[in-house]
Amino acid sequence: MQIAAQIIGFLAALVLLTAFGMLVQRRMTALIHLFAWQGLFLSISTAVVGFMAGQRHLYISSLLTLSLKVILLPYILHVLVRRLRIHREIETVVNVPLTMLIGVALVIFSYHLTAPVRELSTLVTRSVLPIALATVLIGLLMMITRRHAVTQIIGFLAMENGLFFAATSATYGMPLVVELGVALDVLIAAFIFGIFFFHIHTSFDSLNVEQMARLKEGD
Amino acid sequence: MELLVLLVAPLLAAVALGFVGDRKFAPEINILGSALTFLAGLVLALKVYYGGPMLAGGKFFFVDAFNVYLCVLTSFVSMTTAIFSRRYMRREREHGSVGHWGMRFYHAMFQLFIFAMLLCLLTNNVGVLWIAMELATLSTVLLVSLYRTPRAIEAAWKYFILCGVGIAQALFGTVLLYFAAEKVLGEGGEALLWTNLSRVSGSLEPTVMSLAFVFLMVGYGTKVGLVPLHNWLPDAHSEGPTPVSAVLSGLLLNIALYALVRCKTLVDGSTGTHFAGNIMMGFGLLSILVAAFSLLRQKDIKRMFSYSSIEHMGITTFAFGLGTPLATFGGLLHMLVHSLAKSSIFFTVGHVSQMHQTQDMDRIRGIIKGSPLVGWGLMIGVMAIIGMPPFGVFTSEFLILTATIKDAPFLTPFLLVGLGVAFAALLRRVQPMVFGDAPSYQKTLKVAHMPVLLHIVLVLAIGVYLPDFLSLWFHKAVELMK
Amino acid sequence: MKLYPFVIEILQILVLLAIAPVFAGWVKMLKCWSQGRSSPGLFQPYRDIRKLFSKDVVLAENASWIFRFTPYLVFGVALLAGCIIPILSTDLPLAATADVIVLVSLFAIARFFTALAGMDIGTAFGGMGSSREMTIASLAEPAMLMAIFTMSLAGGTTSLSQMTQVILSGQSVFRPSMAFAFLAFLLVAIAETGRIPVDNPATHLELTMIHEAMILEYSGRYLALVEWAGMMKLFLFFTLGIAAFFPWGIAASGDLYAVFSAFFFMGLKLGIEAVFLVLIETGLAKMRLFRLTEFLGSAFLLATLGMLSYFILE
Repeated sequence: MQIAAQIIGFLAALVLLTAFGMLVQRRMTALIHLFAWQGLFLSISTAVVGFMAGQRHLYISSLLTLSLKVILLPYILHVLVRRLRIHREIETVVNVPLTMLIGVALVIFSYHLTAPVRELSTLVTRSVLPIALATVLIGLLMMITRRHAVTQIIGFLAMENGLFFAATSATYGMPLVVELGVALDVLIAAFIFGIFFFHIHTSFDSLNVEQMARLKEGD
Repeated sequence: MELLVLLVAPLLAAVALGFVGDRKFAPEINILGSALTFLAGLVLALKVYYGGPMLAGGKFFFVDAFNVYLCVLTSFVSMTTAIFSRRYMRREREHGSVGHWGMRFYHAMFQLFIFAMLLCLLTNNVGVLWIAMELATLSTVLLVSLYRTPRAIEAAWKYFILCGVGIAQALFGTVLLYFAAEKVLGEGGEALLWTNLSRVSGSLEPTVMSLAFVFLMVGYGTKVGLVPLHNWLPDAHSEGPTPVSAVLSGLLLNIALYALVRCKTLVDGSTGTHFAGNIMMGFGLLSILVAAFSLLRQKDIKRMFSYSSIEHMGITTFAFGLGTPLATFGGLLHMLVHSLAKSSIFFTVGHVSQMHQTQDMDRIRGIIKGSPLVGWGLMIGVMAIIGMPPFGVFTSEFLILTATIKDAPFLTPFLLVGLGVAFAALLRRVQPMVFGDAPSYQKTLKVAHMPVLLHIVLVLAIGVYLPDFLSLWFHKAVELMK
Repeated sequence: MKLYPFVIEILQILVLLAIAPVFAGWVKMLKCWSQGRSSPGLFQPYRDIRKLFSKDVVLAENASWIFRFTPYLVFGVALLAGCIIPILSTDLPLAATADVIVLVSLFAIARFFTALAGMDIGTAFGGMGSSREMTIASLAEPAMLMAIFTMSLAGGTTSLSQMTQVILSGQSVFRPSMAFAFLAFLLVAIAETGRIPVDNPATHLELTMIHEAMILEYSGRYLALVEWAGMMKLFLFFTLGIAAFFPWGIAASGDLYAVFSAFFFMGLKLGIEAVFLVLIETGLAKMRLFRLTEFLGSAFLLATLGMLSYFILE
């Protein structure tokens, strides 16, 4: 029991580390790899939680995460960036140290924010909740600071990872109906952003969203 | 049974339209599906009106006065929009803005969107509510980018990203909600059922619920288009096809607000304070003021009316936040009349922009010369939306104002300033467009007058005389939201 | 047989003095092998030092006392640090006088004087090296301290000996805070000891050198001392890492047998660590100077994350 909790804590730390890694990673391919790693840690930790708490349905969510977030989505992303010939692209990231510091501040912020939940929870995994929220917020930060469409999508998916992690750590997972539904939504979203990448690429000649500045107030 | 038809009809129509594609009778199937949905909605409403709230599908669906009225509204407006879009989209097709696949896509996604909204309304599971809301977003994202112009793609991307981020926050709120519920109701799917939650809302942990509400507010608030989370809204409305703007503005915003109000009742029941209400009032008031002043500087006609939508959603959110029976009554009524009036305005605006081949308000002149029906339709629609008596919007705004004077008098001036500025801004813009000389590039078109007339007559009727069954209905809904 | 603590202390210093050059030779040897060259042998550093000691000193005309004093200071600091770090045993009399924060500041003093000495002569390279060294230091030291704070939080003490004892007797295996602190320490150690990708110890190319630029004007016995101290610093950072993160095998008492086995384990661990160091050095290219902020920034980030995960997860 104790050792399982420690393993989960360790995996949580790894999830957070990959989140930070994605925040500052410039290379497209490495970014997708990091995302896959995060999914893998998430999937393993879900399985460990399921084993520890004797919750069968968590095995299903773990498998779902594995197939969706570790295999399918990274594969789709790889294919897309290859098709669009941007897999070698290096994004300019402004002010990495500042971004990292904001990320650290977000971790502290989520620690404070989730304090009431942690006090009430009796689950072994409760200490993971701030990490999960921090992963969500770092994903958000990534979407704000990065200017590339693919990177923004990866930030979005990383947020989804954090949410999933939160559900596992705060409550041993949402009911299965909800989790399946969320997975379906993510899948649909994946197809939509796939279509979008092509649209953006053809009409802007690049996937840099900074060029999207036509819609402004008062024009 | 009616419930099944209500949900399955749009879904089947979506599949069928996906196969039918760009054939001649596709719009008719679209109308037929929507009409069927509307009929099922009506029957369901009658059933609830006489038989009271009901559970169905093994507690999976729940129907009460509040959501069934929104169901009828949703299916009605989607039906009229389907009628309107028959002419409108055909012209866009002839004009070459939309291709073969675009039409197929448009029809199928339109029905899927209706399905997602109805699922949102009818489900008893707070988690499924979230899923359906996300589905509604996803199904409209590609509708917004239907024209494939750079501007449309930019708008759709913004919509996708911002609403995706927002709705993710709502999921976190839902997780927290489940956490609190699990303590009381035990694990499993039962703990997310709204009927169970509202029964035990008093014993849910207040601190967790407050935290959950903050996330839910940010999440669903983004979809409602509340300031400062509104950035996607004007873009998505102005760049998408007009029927999509009409349903986005008239329906989707309502649905998101519905989700928010449901959560608010739970949180208020748990905390026993006015915490959630205060937050909603703050967001609502900010939206009214910012949107009203933004109205003044718009040049694009659809953009202007989308800001007007933000303003009206602000008013409704404010009313629900205030939470007194009178305010809630006003809020419910306002949801109804705003939907009807705003979608009719978007119908006329669609015709107007097709007549002038532009959405730039400086180039739109003398509509009334080109088409009296469109001109008067727009003028009367705008008169209705700015709250002129005897239209329904006046009644609802008057009720909300009265409630504010009674319970939060110090906020009344802000509300009045917002309403006044919006009044002046819209009237100043619309008058020169409707009257005056017709420019040479103006074309006359055949218009779909039925939807516009129907909506305006309904708004007028509600303003002049609120039928007994409607007010009884609202009273029931108000009871639910106490 | 029990050894007196001060005997162990002396043993440690002897080990430090004797093994540091061998270790440096071992690293060089591995590097040569990995690059397909034949190596100069394990004991080449000894020969170098002896040669330097037998040579005359050439001093610049305007060299001040700082220039002459610095090699002794740097050498002394390294010896002192060797007394504090539990290389063989945790039962060290001097360890009680100085904790790990003192250790960091000892290294800081040595660096400060090296930088001064670099500027003392007034040649361009010396000044350039000093300014670069201080740039790195200003980034590396906060990260180092942060890593050390995390370690002390996890160990409940700032004394290195006690920290090692706590870890030796510890139960918890998966400690994310220690893992983060270790990674941070690794990055900082690479920067502090001037290895690739931060600095290249084998180059005298004016554009890239950092540490070598500062000591470019030294010759004879001064250079011997500085070089020897440099090898000792490398050795000390590795043993510090061992003591803080992989202390298994370090003697907890003054038992002669335990000390001998500790010596054996130390050799083994150092041998393996050197392999990793060489892997890093041959696998990575030297970074541009301006990228160093990111490199050391991530060290700081890792250390901070370690500290946070101590509070959050443990």
